[in-house]
Amino acid sequence: MKSLLLPPHPKERRIVFKNAWTQGYTPDIDCYVKNGGYEQLKKALKMKPEEIIEEIKKANLRGRGGAGFPCGVKWGFIRRDDGKPHYITCNGDESEPGTFKDRYILHNDPHQLIEGMLIAAYALNVNLAYIYIRCEFPKAAGIVTQALKEAREKGFLGKNICGSGFDVDMHVHQGAGAYICGEETSLIESLEGKRPYPRIKPPYFPAVLGLYMSPTIVNNVETFCHVKQILAIGSDEYAKMGTPGDGGTRVMCVSGDVVRPGPYEIPAGGVTLGELINDVCGGMKPGRKLKAVIPGGSSSKILRAGEVFKIKVKGDDGQMIDKEVPLLDLVMDASSLAAAGTMVGSGGVIVMDDSRDMLWALNNLNEFYAHESCGQCTPCREGVLWIDKMTTRMVNGEGLVEDPVTLKSVADNIAGRTVCAFGEAASWPVQSFLQKFPEEFEVAAK
Amino acid sequence: MSTHAAPSAGPRQADQIPADLLAKIDEAVTHYPVSKRSASLPLLHLWQNHFGFVDESGVEWIAKRLDLESINILELVTFYPWFRQQKAGRVSVRVCRTLSCALAGGYEVREAFCKAAGIDPKAPTHGHTPPVSPDGKFSVEFVECLASCGSAPVALVNDDLHEDITPEGTTSILGKYN
Ligand SMILES: Cc1cc2nc3c(=O)[nH]c(=O)nc-3n(C[C@H](O)[C@H](O)[C@H](O)COP(=O)(O)O)c2cc1C
Ligand code: SF4
Ligand code: FES
Repeated sequence: MKSLLLPPHPKERRIVFKNAWTQGYTPDIDCYVKNGGYEQLKKALKMKPEEIIEEIKKANLRGRGGAGFPCGVKWGFIRRDDGKPHYITCNGDESEPGTFKDRYILHNDPHQLIEGMLIAAYALNVNLAYIYIRCEFPKAAGIVTQALKEAREKGFLGKNICGSGFDVDMHVHQGAGAYICGEETSLIESLEGKRPYPRIKPPYFPAVLGLYMSPTIVNNVETFCHVKQILAIGSDEYAKMGTPGDGGTRVMCVSGDVVRPGPYEIPAGGVTLGELINDVCGGMKPGRKLKAVIPGGSSSKILRAGEVFKIKVKGDDGQMIDKEVPLLDLVMDASSLAAAGTMVGSGGVIVMDDSRDMLWALNNLNEFYAHESCGQCTPCREGVLWIDKMTTRMVNGEGLVEDPVTLKSVADNIAGRTVCAFGEAASWPVQSFLQKFPEEFEVAAK
Repeated sequence: MSTHAAPSAGPRQADQIPADLLAKIDEAVTHYPVSKRSASLPLLHLWQNHFGFVDESGVEWIAKRLDLESINILELVTFYPWFRQQKAGRVSVRVCRTLSCALAGGYEVREAFCKAAGIDPKAPTHGHTPPVSPDGKFSVEFVECLASCGSAPVALVNDDLHEDITPEGTTSILGKYN
């Protein structure tokens, strides 16, 4: 990844990416310890578990896997002393199109993840943890397995870690090429050795009925790394880096038609979309203009160049007022993107220029969802195939005049009617492409 | 969701398990003290890494090792795109098909890999039994987003990720796997 070999852009603040992109940094434990590694674990083991959870809450850390749930709140659902076994599993399935950040942590800085997970394990009274890694990262599985071995040898993992009396074990578990395993209850089924059909929520909220029907916390790779960094920096400092309710830094993965695509670690809300594209990523490819942006992984709703959003902001007198915000001035944090009708999601920003055909782009995504539906529930299993067939025939010039209307109606009938959020993930692109670029679909239907 | 492949002929894999594979299997099972069933995927991976695919005897053997019914393993082999019921090429080329790669020429890259390997580019692009070159050396298929969209287009060739691939560069990539 070329952009990471450059010095950090002034807008960047590399915290979870610090080691991973330092020249000469190696993924072995000696290098990690030399750079201050496992100091926060030692500190945590001397804290009260409730204090750790409180720190994570105060830091306003939101999950980095896509749903953006407040991490400390999620941890707070676990009753440490309910007498049940508890588990944590790290979500290293990283499969949301447009997202490419966890791979660098897994390959280049595995001990940071392990340390974050160990801190979580201690805080949540967990003795067994798994790191679920998609099998398309075969080298990462080897690197993380080796890192676990080293951590065990040095007494950070296993019985009585660091002499604390606390035992914890951890293993790598490889996926097998299915996107759905990134959905947390699907991941749990996969880890139980079953077909990874997502579970119905309620009652199967992992924190209540998770792995082996026990309370389980699932967090993304990047999220666990932030846990370690919060203890290093302190929750106040950490929270201050971001916006209210969205603390710290976030890796924004930019791909598509920009000069310098790459993963950039930036304080939450620290850039506008315009700054991200034109400043951090060096602008659009020569001679090209911005046409569309998918801001938070392929499932997030697309935004159109030139759009202006009405967003509620606090005025000088403290009252909430409506403000008109053009697309490029949109701040890249959770609440601003939500106000613009989309989401920060997994941080995957896909940029498209004026040479791109939106029907073609949507059809590409439809093929993804058609391939990846697990097939458990009818609206999704059938609907995503119909959607894909329709845009395929439209791309081939064989579309029917009513296709855009049928497309929307199928998407509308998937969203909200399925076992898991894949239904929304597959419908939102269809709904938003049609809404934002209606003319491209009409033409194609003739 | 996936399609089913016919069982393959040939010597039964379960009759040819080497000692080191057995040792790895035993070790993997210890990672799941709560439920042996959890070792299904790890055992399937170990099996496929060794034999290249999973035949009927493999399904039965793994099921027995974990005190399961064969169907419990077969339903995984047929669900997960990674697993194969038939031999593929000795070198697996998995080209990313999804949007960021497609924007950067991923479709052209797949086609170029096919041509360089001697595979008809019109062959099926996805599935548990990807097209194999006449010499049995390469199989080329599309996979979905490989989480390396910033260096698109990319492909996973065996365990190696190749980034920023051009159609012209595909021949020399394949040449590294002689
Ligand atoms: C279809 C689907 C795919 C998902 N894929 C991933 C993924 O690849 N990685 C990930 O961390 N979370 C993924 N998620 C989100 C997880 O369900 C879950 O919210 C997340 O792992 C929780 O961790 P966090 O709170 O640290 O973000 C996915 C969700 C859905 C509905
Ligand atoms: S919404 Fe789709 S992916 Fe989710 S459970 Fe239903 S069929 Fe499976
Ligand atoms: S789209 Fe090809 S790696 Fe993500």
